Amino acid sequence: MNASSGSENFVVFDRVQKSYDGETLVVKDLNLSVGKGEFLTMLGPSGSGKTTCLMMLAGFETATHGEILLGGQPINNIPPHKRGIGMVFQNYALFPHMTVAENLAFPLQVRNMGKSDQEAKVKRALDMVQMGDFGGRRPAQLSGGQQQRIALARALVFEPELVLMDEPLGALDKQLREHMQFEITNLAHNLGITTVYVTHDQTEALTMSDRVAVFDDGRIQQLAPPDELYEAPSNSFVAQFIGENNTLMGTVSKIDGDRAEVRLDDGEIIDTKPVNVSKVGERTLVSIRPERVEFNKDRLTPGAHTIKAEVLEFIYMGDIYRTRLRVAGNEDFIIKTRNAPDQRRLQPGEQIEIGWRAEDCRALDA
Amino acid sequence: MSSLPPYASTGQKIWFYSFRVICGLIFFFLIAPIITIIPLSFNAEDFFTFTPGMLALDPDAYGLDHYRDFFTNPDWQQPLWNSVRIAPMATLLSVAFGTLAAIGLSQSHVPFKGAIMAILISPMIVPLIISAAGMYFFYSRIGLQGTYLGVVLAHAALGIPFVIITVTATLVGFDKSLTRASASLGADPVTTFFKVQMPLILPGVISGGLFAFITSFDEVVVVLFVGSAGQKTLPWQMFIGLREQISPTILAVATILVVISIALLTTVELLRRRSERLRGMSPG
Repeated sequence: MNASSGSENFVVFDRVQKSYDGETLVVKDLNLSVGKGEFLTMLGPSGSGKTTCLMMLAGFETATHGEILLGGQPINNIPPHKRGIGMVFQNYALFPHMTVAENLAFPLQVRNMGKSDQEAKVKRALDMVQMGDFGGRRPAQLSGGQQQRIALARALVFEPELVLMDEPLGALDKQLREHMQFEITNLAHNLGITTVYVTHDQTEALTMSDRVAVFDDGRIQQLAPPDELYEAPSNSFVAQFIGENNTLMGTVSKIDGDRAEVRLDDGEIIDTKPVNVSKVGERTLVSIRPERVEFNKDRLTPGAHTIKAEVLEFIYMGDIYRTRLRVAGNEDFIIKTRNAPDQRRLQPGEQIEIGWRAEDCRALDA
Repeated sequence: MSSLPPYASTGQKIWFYSFRVICGLIFFFLIAPIITIIPLSFNAEDFFTFTPGMLALDPDAYGLDHYRDFFTNPDWQQPLWNSVRIAPMATLLSVAFGTLAAIGLSQSHVPFKGAIMAILISPMIVPLIISAAGMYFFYSRIGLQGTYLGVVLAHAALGIPFVIITVTATLVGFDKSLTRASASLGADPVTTFFKVQMPLILPGVISGGLFAFITSFDEVVVVLFVGSAGQKTLPWQMFIGLREQISPTILAVATILVVISIALLTTVELLRRRSERLRGMSPG
């Protein structure tokens, strides 16, 4: 789903900076717009500033510089409890002394809603997360996944237009996490809520989001839909952070529109797509995904450059084969091939020729 | 229960049993003086020692005369009434200020936390006689010496450290994201305090309050300095009773105080268990 419905600028970070000690900036010049109804994920390693951004939006941290707007209104001077933003916390933050139903009724109570309305809304919210029978339980009597659902229901029960989620699935096991990813995105899209989601898990970011903002060093490195992020990373940080990636160092030897030839350090020539290199002689880090490397000559474009590789290791992983190669001095060059009846298993020691489509191989900043 | 492993050496066996004996002796040393006064308080005669009749378990040797004296004699009733008026007020003040201080000191942005904490705790550490003498001079100067308010304030100052310590301990286990969650759900800071924070730190607040209450109820040194005859408390009267009258009614009073203390400490223990249960409930 795209941000086409309603305002394109529901949440705006306008040149926002944040410093805790007055010297080092944790967030450097953040500009970001989130459309209404959009599911935007802030992805990045720890210390990249993504959680700080979320906390500034929630109102628990104040921006040192710049302005944050919600629905066109600046919210820098609005305290957290008046922002009307739902939030799901990493450790769920359910009130342990209240039952599940009391937890859900809490935001309605502080809004002075009538008892019968409260009950109806609490029931609806519990049903929404399939926890209808658990209203009388205490949080401690629930499993992690159930607590997670209650936290989600509590953040949604007062019908906020914006919901923030701070690594909400971090404490769950893998299977439950995958299931909850699906549930959260469905819920968010069905209710038409704008969601800002923070995670360091790239799978979560790729599978759940309309757009992903990759954070590093207090800046957004790339803001793009998941497929674009994966297939067309705009710099070497994003290429290496998202998914598995092979890198080779070289120098641009020829540029011709959206094709560039790169001379690797051992003298071999490869075809690439220039992304942020612009002139011949520039140093570049070339990035290619393991599943886009081809060693079957019949499937390569005629005339494309190929380079020599030596098979070092073959790993059987069930659905795929993972083969480690030595390519131009890089001993960690990985290729992934689908486990299919006609697929060849490469043997360690074998000498092969590999190649790729030029547009899959991106010449990035060194 | 730990038991002796089969491979224990002779030395270990000796230590195993002598350890138990030593523990038993320590308990005896601590409890015997308190236990002794209880039967003595039922003495029918005006003696501080066991009479031959008591040792023979003769029912006529036991009586409630001392309790009767305590509940009817104005020499005892006035101090009892004073204690009952002073201790709860002092406790109330200790709890209110102590809790606020503990919450304030748990905030990360408070400067000189260690120094502030040390000052607030100091009444517990400074020898009582020094606090009492200091308070005497200070309160005399500002006209609080010899007043009800003066004694209440002095006892509140003695009780605050207990509240600060117990509440701070409860706050250590308090999950800060709960207050954030409460704010994100639309609750203003005051609502958050009473609906979320207070119920969770209540065990610490109450047990601190009980310690403050017992401190005030048992206190004799400060009240001797700061109070006047009008504020004569129960411990003060007991002190005088021992020194001047040697009245066995003291034994009856002591027994009543022991019973009250046991009841209060039991409450503390039950609250501590409740708090542990609640903490087990908070996820993560």
